[in-house]
Amino acid sequence: MLPIGHYLFLGLALFIIGAIGVVTRRNVIVILMSIELILNAVNINLVAFSRLYGDVAGQVFALFIIADAAAEAAVGLGIIIAFFRNRETVLEDEMDLLKW
Amino acid sequence: MTPTGYFLEHLWLIPLFPLVTAALMLLVGRRLPNSAVSVFCVGSVGLSFVYSLGAVTQLLSADPENRVVQHILFEWLTPGQMLLSNGHLIRFTADWGYLLDPLSCVMVLVVTGVGSLIHIYSIGYMGHEGGYYRFFGYMNLFMFSMLMLVLANNMLLMFVGWEGVGLCSYLLIGFYFLRKSATNAGNKAFIVNRIGDAGFILGILLTAVTFGTIRFTSAGLADAAAGSGILQALHSALSEHIIAAGAPVLTTIALLLFVGACGKSAQLPLYVWLPDAMEGPTPVSALIHAATMVTAGVYMVVRMNAIYQLAPLAMDVVAVVGVVTAIFAASMALVQNDIKKVLAYSTISQLGYMFLALGAGAFAAGIFHLMTHAFFKALLFLGAGSVIHAMSGEQDIQKMGGLWDKVPITAKTFLVATLAIAGIPPLAGFFSKDEILGRAFERHPALWIVGFITAGMTAFYMFRLAFLTFFGYSRADQHAQEHVHESPRSMTIPLMILAVLSIIGGWIGWPPSLGGSNQFEKFLEPVTSTAGSMESAKAVTQTSTTEYRLMIASIAIAVAGIWLAYEFYRTKRFAPEIVAGKMGPFYKLLFRKYYVDEIYDALFVNRTKDLGTLLGQFDAKVIDGVGVDGTGWLARFGSTLSMWWDKWIIDGLLNFGAKFTQLLSFPVRFLQTGTFSSYALLILLGLAILLGYYQQHLHIVLRGAR
Repeated sequence: MLPIGHYLFLGLALFIIGAIGVVTRRNVIVILMSIELILNAVNINLVAFSRLYGDVAGQVFALFIIADAAAEAAVGLGIIIAFFRNRETVLEDEMDLLKW
Repeated sequence: MTPTGYFLEHLWLIPLFPLVTAALMLLVGRRLPNSAVSVFCVGSVGLSFVYSLGAVTQLLSADPENRVVQHILFEWLTPGQMLLSNGHLIRFTADWGYLLDPLSCVMVLVVTGVGSLIHIYSIGYMGHEGGYYRFFGYMNLFMFSMLMLVLANNMLLMFVGWEGVGLCSYLLIGFYFLRKSATNAGNKAFIVNRIGDAGFILGILLTAVTFGTIRFTSAGLADAAAGSGILQALHSALSEHIIAAGAPVLTTIALLLFVGACGKSAQLPLYVWLPDAMEGPTPVSALIHAATMVTAGVYMVVRMNAIYQLAPLAMDVVAVVGVVTAIFAASMALVQNDIKKVLAYSTISQLGYMFLALGAGAFAAGIFHLMTHAFFKALLFLGAGSVIHAMSGEQDIQKMGGLWDKVPITAKTFLVATLAIAGIPPLAGFFSKDEILGRAFERHPALWIVGFITAGMTAFYMFRLAFLTFFGYSRADQHAQEHVHESPRSMTIPLMILAVLSIIGGWIGWPPSLGGSNQFEKFLEPVTSTAGSMESAKAVTQTSTTEYRLMIASIAIAVAGIWLAYEFYRTKRFAPEIVAGKMGPFYKLLFRKYYVDEIYDALFVNRTKDLGTLLGQFDAKVIDGVGVDGTGWLARFGSTLSMWWDKWIIDGLLNFGAKFTQLLSFPVRFLQTGTFSSYALLILLGLAILLGYYQQHLHIVLRGAR
């Protein structure tokens, strides 16, 4: 069995890729995809620790996060479609009305 | 044995008929065709006449001393405590009841009889006038009020009728309300009557606190103990020596009531409204301002004769006012040129005669003259209306003449009435006027002399009117002459009936000295001699010779008046213009009606207007200026203060808070970029910081994991 560090390293790598995607990309759809990466990084962590401690709760939690991610993707895409109808854009740097 | 019968039981229906149709006319009359208006309104008055005739006939079937019927329908004013002038506390009520005794018999027949004829006449006269339904509505309302006035069994109910006729008089004088003079005349009549009414109300109140009742009499009541009348209260007060004849309180009551009578019956000094009242349609002048309403004062004084007979001073006042009014008005009638104005002054003069009679204690003679006057004066007015109708609205007798052949029925009936009012036997006016003059002579020869001269003047001005209107050549313009025509039958038939009444109406009072028995006076005796007074107890002392002489004298002066008029206006032996020129100032004085209107204007009307202006200025300056504007200024000042407070303190605090917050937020708010990626970056940075801070713990976690 691989030591836990490998898993954590994979999770960290996925998280960093997702975070960089969230921060740097302009297209909201891509940002959503990046968020999915982050969530999956968390899932890997949860499953890894679950395995490590022999506690199934982590895996159950991972399942919840997968369901939540699906819902989030649905709602997020819905919002993006609605926004696109109004503004004809999906670029996040043009969504800047809520500022000082 | 009290008289009974269907019509007596249904006395209350007599005033109800005209009231119902009046309500109908004034509510929905506009939608009704003229024919329906005529049927309803004339029909209801006719029905009242039939019921009155029935009631009087049934009353006459009883013995003279039992001829009184009184029905109390209900208690009108709820009972209340009242403190009498003698210190007793009594239960005071006023009921809604009807009283039919010989006096109200005469009145009710005159009102409904003459009223019916005038209503029939109005169908023709008002036929092509606008507001036909309105005219008849008011006329019927008048009939109701007048019948309430004469049938009421107490003073307050009588006052209701009294005010009702005043209102209808106002409405009908101002019938042509688009004419300023007509509305002014209506106002004048109403306002002058108010002065009289004030006296009447005070009289009622004084009667109430003196006698504790305002019911005229308890006679005819099924339950006589239910409440005594003024008559009974007066009797018991007399027999218990609480009130003596000539007591000041009786004189005061009598004089106050007489003030009311002066207003309604156009006596000096309140007569000024009656000539102006001729602005109304002619049937109105005939019905209200000649035959019925203006006689209400006479009726009221006769109704209260028990009190008058015990107040000799008041009687003297009544007689003197009456006779002075008679000659005063007659002198003005001598020179008037408006056909209706002449008749108006004549009416005032004849009413003066009636009051002369009352003042002389001849109450029956006064009522007798009231009745005959109703016949011939209604006829004169209706005839004048017919003439005006024929002359296309011309009222100036100087522009008439030569109408005898063109309007034969009108002319002949008018002449009958003229002879009657002049006092030519055996027409109605002769008997009543002669009786009054006879009684006046008994009272005081001076009263007789004035009345006697007035009789001559009456004959003169009436024949002046007749000659100028019907004889000679026509002075009308071409257009009017071509249109002269006799009036329709609905107008001439009432004229003929009234002419017959003007001839025979006086015969029921045929004096004993001429072989008659004066039925009329005997008929009224239960009313006029009930007070047990000294006046009526005094037997007629006049000898037949004196009576004959007086009679011949009055015929002579009437003939002299007629002859003078004939010489003036027919043969032109005396030219009126020259006489008028010679009498210059005097003629002018008469022509301008003694300047009474001008004097009243200067003394009262303009002073009242001044008071109004003064009050108006008070309103404008003090009420509006200080009161309203001051309050406004104060409110504005207060609101300015409050606004300042709001703006600088309340809003200022808020704004200060807002500014302060803004100031505090100044460095932070630039973080709020609105760009998603910057927020995401901040979150990551925050996460990094957090992780950095909990580095130690992280080690523990990781170590454990290893």
